[in-house]
Amino acid sequence: MAKKTSKGGDAQIEEVTLTIDGQEVTVPEGTTLLQAAQGVGTEVPHYCYHPGLSSPAMCRLCLVEVEGAPKLLASCTTTVAEGQVVLTQSEEATRMRRGVLEFYLLNHPLDCPICDQSGECDLQDYVFAEGREHGRGRDAKRVLGRDDFGGDVLFYGDRCVMCTRCVRFMDEIEENPLLTVVERGNRSVIDTFFEEGLDQAAWGGNVVDICPVGALVSKDFLHKARAWDLEHTPSICPNCSQGCNIELHTRDNLVHRMKPRANLEVNGHWICDYGRGRYEWLNRGDRLEAPVMFTESGNRAMGWKAALEALKARIDDVAEHSVKAIVSPFWSNEDLGAVARLVESLGGGVVFRSPQADEEIPLSGYEGLARRKGLAPNERGAELLGCVRVGDKAGQGGVDDFADHEGVVLVLGDSLDDQLERFAPNAALVVYLGAYTSSALASADFQFPVTTFAEQEGTFTNHVGRVQRFWPALKGPGAARPAWLVLGALLAALQDEEGPSRAEQAFSLVVDSVESYEGLSYESIGAGGGPTGEPVPLAGD
Amino acid sequence: MGYPYSHEREVPIISKYFGDPEARTLKGCKARGGYEALEKALKMSPENVVEIVKASGLRGRGGAGFPTGLKWSFMPKDRSKPHYLLCNADESEPGTFKDRELLRWVPHQLIEGCVIGAYAMGAEHVYIYCRGEFFEATQVLAKAVEDAYEAGILGDDVLGSGQKIDVTVFAGAGAYICGEETGLMNSLEGRRGEPRVKPPFPAAVGAFGMPTTINNVETLAAIPHIVENGAEWYRQWGSEKSPGTKLFCVSGHVKRPGNYELPLGFPLKDLIYDVCGGMIGDRALKAVIPGGSSVPFLSAEEAEDCALCYEGVIEAGSMLGCASVIVMDENTDIVHQVMRMASFYAHESCGQCTPCREGTAWVTTILKRILDGRGTEDDLDTLIEVTEQMTGTTICVLSDSVAAPVQSSIQKFRDEYLALIRRGERVGAA
Repeated sequence: MAKKTSKGGDAQIEEVTLTIDGQEVTVPEGTTLLQAAQGVGTEVPHYCYHPGLSSPAMCRLCLVEVEGAPKLLASCTTTVAEGQVVLTQSEEATRMRRGVLEFYLLNHPLDCPICDQSGECDLQDYVFAEGREHGRGRDAKRVLGRDDFGGDVLFYGDRCVMCTRCVRFMDEIEENPLLTVVERGNRSVIDTFFEEGLDQAAWGGNVVDICPVGALVSKDFLHKARAWDLEHTPSICPNCSQGCNIELHTRDNLVHRMKPRANLEVNGHWICDYGRGRYEWLNRGDRLEAPVMFTESGNRAMGWKAALEALKARIDDVAEHSVKAIVSPFWSNEDLGAVARLVESLGGGVVFRSPQADEEIPLSGYEGLARRKGLAPNERGAELLGCVRVGDKAGQGGVDDFADHEGVVLVLGDSLDDQLERFAPNAALVVYLGAYTSSALASADFQFPVTTFAEQEGTFTNHVGRVQRFWPALKGPGAARPAWLVLGALLAALQDEEGPSRAEQAFSLVVDSVESYEGLSYESIGAGGGPTGEPVPLAGD
Repeated sequence: MGYPYSHEREVPIISKYFGDPEARTLKGCKARGGYEALEKALKMSPENVVEIVKASGLRGRGGAGFPTGLKWSFMPKDRSKPHYLLCNADESEPGTFKDRELLRWVPHQLIEGCVIGAYAMGAEHVYIYCRGEFFEATQVLAKAVEDAYEAGILGDDVLGSGQKIDVTVFAGAGAYICGEETGLMNSLEGRRGEPRVKPPFPAAVGAFGMPTTINNVETLAAIPHIVENGAEWYRQWGSEKSPGTKLFCVSGHVKRPGNYELPLGFPLKDLIYDVCGGMIGDRALKAVIPGGSSVPFLSAEEAEDCALCYEGVIEAGSMLGCASVIVMDENTDIVHQVMRMASFYAHESCGQCTPCREGTAWVTTILKRILDGRGTEDDLDTLIEVTEQMTGTTICVLSDSVAAPVQSSIQKFRDEYLALIRRGERVGAA
């Protein structure tokens, strides 16, 4: 099991040198042949092996030839030995794998045209790579039909290759064995226990991800898109402070699903059902699309240049410069950092509100992974940037003091849906940078459209202080721009300097101003993220 | 005594008291010399017992024929973890019925063998895994174990030696695959009866994750006699590589089918025509399966000079297996017989490994189609290739077991297949 292991172990791990398809390779003792082959760029076909689960060696597809062994060996469980000569592509190995693939197709319905897995299916890929050109099956196929496994999971028995990854996930990782194999021989089928299904699981959606074929599919995604039409963008799950690495799968500028992206330091290969199911808000239509200035004759849309000039002029005009700002922890470090810098230059303070759950939902078989109580992705980032948490567990209230403030009020991201009256009526100047329209801020002096995390490049800092990057998966609506770009331009105009034009520059400004980010850069944290200084518990945890 | 038949050429050692109801009881067994070997063994060192078994050349009677003494010596000497001895009484191979009789008639002989084995390997607990359908045999054995506990033969102080050895009788649920040693261990532990990936081997990680040795009933039943009389005594029968006597389960078209204990190396021809009284109706012999349904067929010519020992049957083109001799006369429909075997294995496949799960069922389907007169000549090539794909590609050897009869029957009785294919007609009346 791929659990987190301490890096500074005392045990000395021996290195082993072997030859795989003529290439010499040196790997640590205990590495399997399959992993060693992956190291030299050879993918041995496999179903039952999954890096996050135990290996039962039962799919028999990863057979390779090892010189001196009396028969082919399952490369997923055979470990390397010094001087071993492994042939993954020998005639015998490819012949036998072709044979095993033929067995898989014997009762497979070949319903690829209506199967959601089509295009990302290991059975399609392996048969295309190594299978027979024509099948020899002439007899009627076994028909098992479709079953509702509960939760978001549908089971198409006929497509199943019986790799039992799903059974092992529930057993070993969620440690809630809700799935099992019933019957034996070719009557074997994956099933739930009577009426108990995956609706009792909190991480059950992962079985869809690890299913190598279209046997387990998502009800939510059912027939929504073809796999080859989807674009995959590496991102961070925005639905709690764990910071699970994900991919956003998009088509036509809409998010269609979220899939886990492997990161052994954070979430392994898994994400929770809570996070997975909450992506629709990224597709919301009620967006701000153009900068708007409030005038006597009502709201007036304008271009960015004119809007920023007008805002600068207003800031120069107001007598009381002190800023009270409220930000949303769903916005990136770069965005929050730009607010912090502006507030620092004008004087004032920043608060944030963040929804909290009552309970964590841990994944018992994977240390350090849970749906956290903090339900916003960048709570820690907000705290490290000096923002003060206010409000209740629902992420509401706590902003009464804004009513009396007579200086500048700045709102980033938080659309203040709990505020029924006009927000900050006594302020000299109210600026709202947001993605969504807000009734409390409908008569703000300025409303600027900004992009969400899914529409821009940036970073979140997770609950233990790990800074992780995400990339733009969607195109922001209309004139929406990243908040760091807008505020950076404003600050640059106020101070007569040049503002950041790339997210990387915006991040380096954050690094410069926050001590615990010292030494970090986009390059150094890469796609997997990097830790800040000493992790401290979140105030809300 | 013999059961149901006996013959003067038999060498009754382990089957001596078949059919003798008194030998079942502890009193009757002791009157016949029972548990004397155990007393002798307890006075020896465990290593000494292993040495005697090694010297006797006794080979595992479950089918693979692995030297028993060598297997015992694989058990780690480090006694910090519990060691287990398992007795495989899940006799399920079609054509095999020797262990059932050993359990029914001489249960104390088996218990004695188990206790000696446990003593030799430092195992404190023996599990006897009985086939689920063996209701009577399991009851007889359970009663014998109860009596042995009462008499102080089992328990915390075996025959006053201070040695602690427990025996548990465990009834399976009736699955062929639980007779595979690691499938048996999974079943014993309460899991699905699915064979495990080896390595690790049972001597390192076996039942309950502990060092384990697993022996067949007939193997353990021979142990008391070997310990009692010595290795040389046992070697007076059989050949250099296959010493001793063996129970042969003869079924099929012979006049007197049944269990016969014969020295290894006994001529197959004599077994059929002398010991079993010849073919029913004196019809001609067509084929013999010498070792249970999972070994290749021998044609009548191959059976002619076959000696029934491990190496002799291999020389003839098959395997001795568990010495279950299935005799088929000239009226036998070979294709039908092969289909029945294949459908047995398709039914009993645990379903883990793809080649076995899908292959056994596919082979059965093709054979049924050929029998229905809807086969083609291509089907024979497909059968050969499919069974090749099923050989050596799985965790256990169940799928290899289908390959043997299918391939050997197509090689040796191709004409019968072709006749069905070409004329759509069946050869026999089966």
